Amino acid sequence: MYKKNNTLLIYSIIYFAFLYIPVMLLPIFSFNDAIHMVFPLKGFTFKWYDQMIHSSRLHKALMNSIKVGLVASIFSTFIALLAAKAFTRYKVKFHQLSYGAILLPFVIPEIIIAVALIVLWTGMGLQLGLIPVTIAHILFCTPFCLLILISRMEGFDKNLEEAAMDLGENAWGTFWRVTFPLVLPAVIASLLLSFVISFDEFILAFFLSSSDQTLPMYMWGQMRFPKKLPHVLALGAVIIVVTSLIVIISYWLRNIGNPSSKKNNIGGI
Amino acid sequence: MKKFLRKLFSKHENVRAYALLSPALILVILAMASPLLLMLVTSFHTQVSMMEIDSTLTLDRYADFFSKPVYPTLLFRSIKISFLVTLVTLLTTYPLAYYIAFYVKKNKMLWIVLMTLPFWTSYLLRVFSWRVILGHKGVINSALMFSGAIDEPLSFLIYSQTAVVLTLAHAWAAFAILPLYVSLDKIDKSLLEASYDLGCSKFQTFWRVTFPLSLPGVIGAILIIFIPTVGDYVTPQLVGGTDGRMLSNMIQSLFGRANNFPLGAASAVMMLLSVSFVALIVTYITKKVSLRMS
Repeated sequence: MYKKNNTLLIYSIIYFAFLYIPVMLLPIFSFNDAIHMVFPLKGFTFKWYDQMIHSSRLHKALMNSIKVGLVASIFSTFIALLAAKAFTRYKVKFHQLSYGAILLPFVIPEIIIAVALIVLWTGMGLQLGLIPVTIAHILFCTPFCLLILISRMEGFDKNLEEAAMDLGENAWGTFWRVTFPLVLPAVIASLLLSFVISFDEFILAFFLSSSDQTLPMYMWGQMRFPKKLPHVLALGAVIIVVTSLIVIISYWLRNIGNPSSKKNNIGGI
Repeated sequence: MKKFLRKLFSKHENVRAYALLSPALILVILAMASPLLLMLVTSFHTQVSMMEIDSTLTLDRYADFFSKPVYPTLLFRSIKISFLVTLVTLLTTYPLAYYIAFYVKKNKMLWIVLMTLPFWTSYLLRVFSWRVILGHKGVINSALMFSGAIDEPLSFLIYSQTAVVLTLAHAWAAFAILPLYVSLDKIDKSLLEASYDLGCSKFQTFWRVTFPLSLPGVIGAILIIFIPTVGDYVTPQLVGGTDGRMLSNMIQSLFGRANNFPLGAASAVMMLLSVSFVALIVTYITKKVSLRMS
């Protein structure tokens, strides 16, 4: 609608730098041949990456994070898929109330959910570990999945489902043979993004996992020791590159074949 | 029986809808509502020894909370910090969202992706890199000393409330950019043209048309930044120092080394109540202001 605004353009570029410089610093220093992160840079090296590959505790933490992330993303996407179907296709009594309740974990400070779960879990006499972490992650990821899936379900033609029903398909068949293929790109995006969220999540894991470290907890533990720091930076660089790729893929997935993609269907996130 | 169930499901939309919603609702009830309720109950208990909790109901933990100055001070500081974070984030991202919504024509989606991408990369690493930037031997200090601009490292950069606010405003930017952009982009452009045709200046149009119409996005951003940041643990721990300590650091030690679950639960309850209360007031005022302006 407006033609040009150079002041705002310059501001946007500066803000862009503000957003990216802190993220870029870690990969830069991960190739620096020095223990301390200070300028000027000393020299180029791969040795921190070598150290990273050969840390067995890191491997264990990585496996824990992948396990938790896979279970959490599959469960939260499945739960959110059913809920998204209910919200977009039926007139639900207490619609706002149920919708609000499901989105609530997204807003409540994570530390409060974490300590409340500690009280419940230890109150039942159970050991803290990866199971309560996974449950907390499912709770925390479901709102994200719901927003992604709802925006996709609102985007396609409801007549397609009605046609299937008219042609004699039952509700279950309609869902799996018509609805599901149409929302599949969003389902994959939801799986990927919730995996990323769980993989990066620190506070819930920090409070609930006791001795079973996840990857962010491993990094937290190593950050305190200057000598260990460079290989955490190498790990950080790998995480930044991989998660960025996953996120770009899922953004792309959310837009393919989406009739409303012109409207920037980013629904909340 | 089978026939009855089939009839029930096909006749009543609500039954079917709630069957689909039940996994999500059960999750929320079991993993969120009941732990929160139990935490509330625990806040009325007493920690007797390391392993023993007396479950006689008492308000003593709340009395403890208010009688030691450290708790109310930390609570007040947490709220102040997250209020400042929300304000700074909104002020710095609004021009950006405005630019993308009204001036960018091609590749809007690319702008949005680029602006939100850093949000997806590890929260811990983003906060940590601020520690590296602001630290005594950090990027800013080492660069300034190398260039000869200063002889001694600047010590005010890190371990302060300002450092916490700056770091959080960076970490939560995406949560402001998206709702602001969505609400600005939705604005019917003919309303703006009408405003110009009626003789309003650019400035007047912004304050009397654009800004009030973008308030849903502003309120959304307030809610999703203000409430969660009040409980942030990582940032005060890494860049806050003693001056930037927040209530969440205290709650962590009460559930950890100090081992006083009831007092920790009471602190968490106070945090949740006060932040919800302030968020309600802020939303209410924002709505009032918008009614007055338009």
